[in-house]
Amino acid sequence: MVVETDLVVVGAGPAGTSAALAAANAGLGVILIDEAREAGGQVYRAPARTLKASTKTRDRDAVVGVRLRAALDRSSVRFERGLRVWSIGERFRTDTAGPEGVRTFKAPRLIAAGGAFERTVPFPGWTLPGVMGLAAATILLKSEAMLPGRRVVIAGCGPLLAAVAAKVSGGGGDVAAVIDMASRRQWASVMLQLATRFNLLREGAGWVLGLARRRVPIHFASTIRRIDEADGLLSVEIGPVDGKGRARPGRSSLINDVDAVAVGHGLVPGVEITRLAGAAHTYDRLRGGWVPVLDAMGRTTIEGLYAAGDGCGIRGALSAATAGTLAGLAAAGDAGALDPDTLASKSEPQLKEAARLDRFSAAVSDLLALRPGQVADIAPDTVVCRCEDVRRADIDAAIADGAADVNQLKHFTRCGMGPCQGRMCGDVVGELVALHAGSREAAGAWTPRPPLRPVPLADLIGSYSYNDMPIPKPVPL
Amino acid sequence: MTTTFDLIVVGGGINGASVALFCARAGMRVALIERDQICRGASGVNAGTLTLQMTRVALIPYALEAHAMWANAPEWLGHDVGVVVCDGLSLAFTEGEEELLTYRAARRREAGAPIEIITGTEAQGIEPGLGASVRVAGWCPIDGFANAYLTGLAYRRALVEAGVALLERTIARGVDETEPFVVNTDRGPIRGRRLVIAGGVWIEPMLAWLGVTLPIKVLINQLSVTERVAPVMRTQVGIASGLLSLKQYPHGTVVIGGGWQGWGNRETGRSGIVPDSIIDNVRLACHAIPALAEARLARSWTGFEAETADVLPAVGPVPGIPEAYVCGSIHSGYTSAPYIAKLLAQCILGQEPERLLFPIDRLILQPASAATVS
Ligand SMILES: Cc1cc2nc3c(=O)[nH]c(=O)nc-3n(C[C@H](O)[C@H](O)[C@H](O)COP(=O)(O)OP(=O)(O)OC[C@H]3O[C@@H](n4cnc5c(N)ncnc54)[C@H](O)[C@@H]3O)c2cc1C
Ligand SMILES: Cc1cc2nc3c(=O)[nH]c(=O)nc-3n(C[C@H](O)[C@H](O)[C@H](O)COP(=O)(O)OP(=O)(O)OC[C@H]3O[C@@H](n4cnc5c(N)ncnc54)[C@H](O)[C@@H]3O)c2cc1C
Repeated sequence: MVVETDLVVVGAGPAGTSAALAAANAGLGVILIDEAREAGGQVYRAPARTLKASTKTRDRDAVVGVRLRAALDRSSVRFERGLRVWSIGERFRTDTAGPEGVRTFKAPRLIAAGGAFERTVPFPGWTLPGVMGLAAATILLKSEAMLPGRRVVIAGCGPLLAAVAAKVSGGGGDVAAVIDMASRRQWASVMLQLATRFNLLREGAGWVLGLARRRVPIHFASTIRRIDEADGLLSVEIGPVDGKGRARPGRSSLINDVDAVAVGHGLVPGVEITRLAGAAHTYDRLRGGWVPVLDAMGRTTIEGLYAAGDGCGIRGALSAATAGTLAGLAAAGDAGALDPDTLASKSEPQLKEAARLDRFSAAVSDLLALRPGQVADIAPDTVVCRCEDVRRADIDAAIADGAADVNQLKHFTRCGMGPCQGRMCGDVVGELVALHAGSREAAGAWTPRPPLRPVPLADLIGSYSYNDMPIPKPVPL
Repeated sequence: MTTTFDLIVVGGGINGASVALFCARAGMRVALIERDQICRGASGVNAGTLTLQMTRVALIPYALEAHAMWANAPEWLGHDVGVVVCDGLSLAFTEGEEELLTYRAARRREAGAPIEIITGTEAQGIEPGLGASVRVAGWCPIDGFANAYLTGLAYRRALVEAGVALLERTIARGVDETEPFVVNTDRGPIRGRRLVIAGGVWIEPMLAWLGVTLPIKVLINQLSVTERVAPVMRTQVGIASGLLSLKQYPHGTVVIGGGWQGWGNRETGRSGIVPDSIIDNVRLACHAIPALAEARLARSWTGFEAETADVLPAVGPVPGIPEAYVCGSIHSGYTSAPYIAKLLAQCILGQEPERLLFPIDRLILQPASAATVS
């Protein structure tokens, strides 16, 4: 019933896939698990099966994805697809559920490579139909080859803005405007730091030039103030912001007749597995929020538990792959499959590459990091926890009522108790509590509990007979 | 820290918070020491079931009083904990369960619980969500549930209003002196003329501060909750063995419990679920209410519950130490705590409690036997 192996890797994005390949090449038995049917993760996401034949436009990411999947196919890694990991236990029992029922794996080592979540800092109208995440829009574009809308506003921060805008307009959509929180100055300083990464610069420049050619207006140092809906169309009010994300006094303007808005304010590491396992974490604003404490190889503070990729700090896909390789090597070394010298020599070039990529990703992460002023600016009436309909004012009232950290706040308001279990709003709520508690450390983080993702009860129970169930001794009368 | 309180309560769960509240309202100057925050342990994470069909027979008279208190919590507590009063059903699917249920219902009825045995068809009339295979059910019109996570908010407001000195995030580490009591905490000593130990499963190490050995078995109860779903049930549902508790809250989530055990450690405070027993608990739930299978599991969690050797409460004076009391380990303890704590408050205030307490003399190991046990 329980399948045992040397190493379980959760998440088949660039981090997990590289980790699995490195460990398997070193001789470990590896089981790689992903809830998706195909490896690739967020960036190298495979197009839906029905689209495969018809997809002609292959961008760089698509090519890397195809290569990644081919390498996985050739390897000894056992890829368990379409399984959702819902619980991680001692040494490292990994419980999964899928339409075919539950399955359990166990290994003395586990690499957590579950990736990141998108952050949206709430504003009036962010929950309207037609308004979606920026990263979520990439999923539509990549896996379904679908445009988010016909006339689209793209807003928020970071490199995904240009990438999504380019994809939408390249796919025949009309990009009404790109609204970027960063200023031209901030971009210029990032570009300087990126100067060593020619292909990335070239790619970025290509997107921007493409947008310029199509005369897409780009508003720098601006943000969406609110979105209103009338007759199925959206009108988007934008206005200027300062470097901390605070609204600056200044003229706002309206963009009308929009049918979709893609808006995202960076990414938050998905640390559920490392937190559930009890590893130490630290708050790192630049890397997206709470991150596990790791050594250079990706070892957490729990023996046998490793982490790699955006799930332990936002660094992007290239860094994720390198970190994955390192964690895979570390697991192999710690398991005795690589002698210390081989481990050191195999790791050295990867460690150098990781350090090189880190300089680059640090520049970008400044663009993606949460801007405190933007959170402080959230209006009292704005819904913060959309699952439970909790407004900024409700959160402030609970704090006034004595809620000293995010967990107490949750009990007082249901904030974070919905289906997403606070994955969407957690970072913003932590920041709101920190405004009173003094720091993110004092505000704390929500207690992690299974399931790691919601699981249909039908998947959990499978088929069973009541009479065969092991019912414990009745409680005493 | 020169204040000497009339009463120090250690542990801010439902027991400690209730004793503190009633004594403060009667005029005492009370300090409540809570390591974490008010009602965030068992008292904030429990299933909130207010049922008589899982209550021990000896506790039924207390639970009946307590149920009436919960039913109008806003009146005496001053704040709402989302109590829903509804019918309760305890189901039997097999012949063995039918026998168990019939026997237990009769004993509980003798103790005052208005439980009636009804047929499966009658049960379906009361709870249309039930599956087809119910043989008989115990039906009790006095049942219901609270929203346990609101307990902290409600009690916190009430305690503040009653003037209790709330020492949250303060860890009690020992009792340095007894006349008056000096409780040693990480924020300095707290002095008081009386002391109540109300630390949940931690009453065992706390009583050891006073040289008293009272073994507590630590249960790690698991619970699960679904996402909000359209109404699938309208009653509080259990089974004959007591190993299921199931209800749907007005906002649509369904909480699944019944005392299935997880793993945990009282010393570290860490605990977690055991996946196989979550699955079995969920299977039981879906067997009772088949439409539940359509829902998704949003969260499973665990909490620590205390159990004495005879599974009856430890509530009363601490023998040999004047003005020291203990209040805890009440089976179905969320249900009964407000009433039993009120009885203890009466005792502390020098009144005759309206019902008998549960003195702990019967549970204490004498030094010699303690040595042989450990
Ligand atoms: C929605 C979204 C879209 C993004 N789009 C882009 C983009 O277009 N371009 C770009 O450069 N960056 C994008 N990013 C950033 C991206 O996270 C990283 O660049 C990169 O993908 C990180 O790699 P990773 O291996 O750490 O994680 P990911 O690539 O995210 O891979 C994690 C994998 O783990 C799986 N997983 C997680 N939890 C479980 C579980 N409990 N059970 C089973 N499987 C699980 C997921 O299905 C996923 O396949 C996006 C991020 C997000 C959140
Ligand atoms: C998962 C679960 C489900 C349950 N379901 C039900 C149900 O449906 N119906 C029902 O009637 N009962 C139920 N119970 C039982 C009920 O929750 C408990 O009986 C009751 O909450 C116990 O209250 P208490 O105040 O004694 O303990 P607790 O709530 O545990 O409070 C003890 C407090 O002492 C504090 N403390 C510990 N050490 C220290 C220290 N050194 N210094 C300061 N403070 C300290 C703790 O932080 C804690 O807050 C359930 C229990 C659990 C765990």
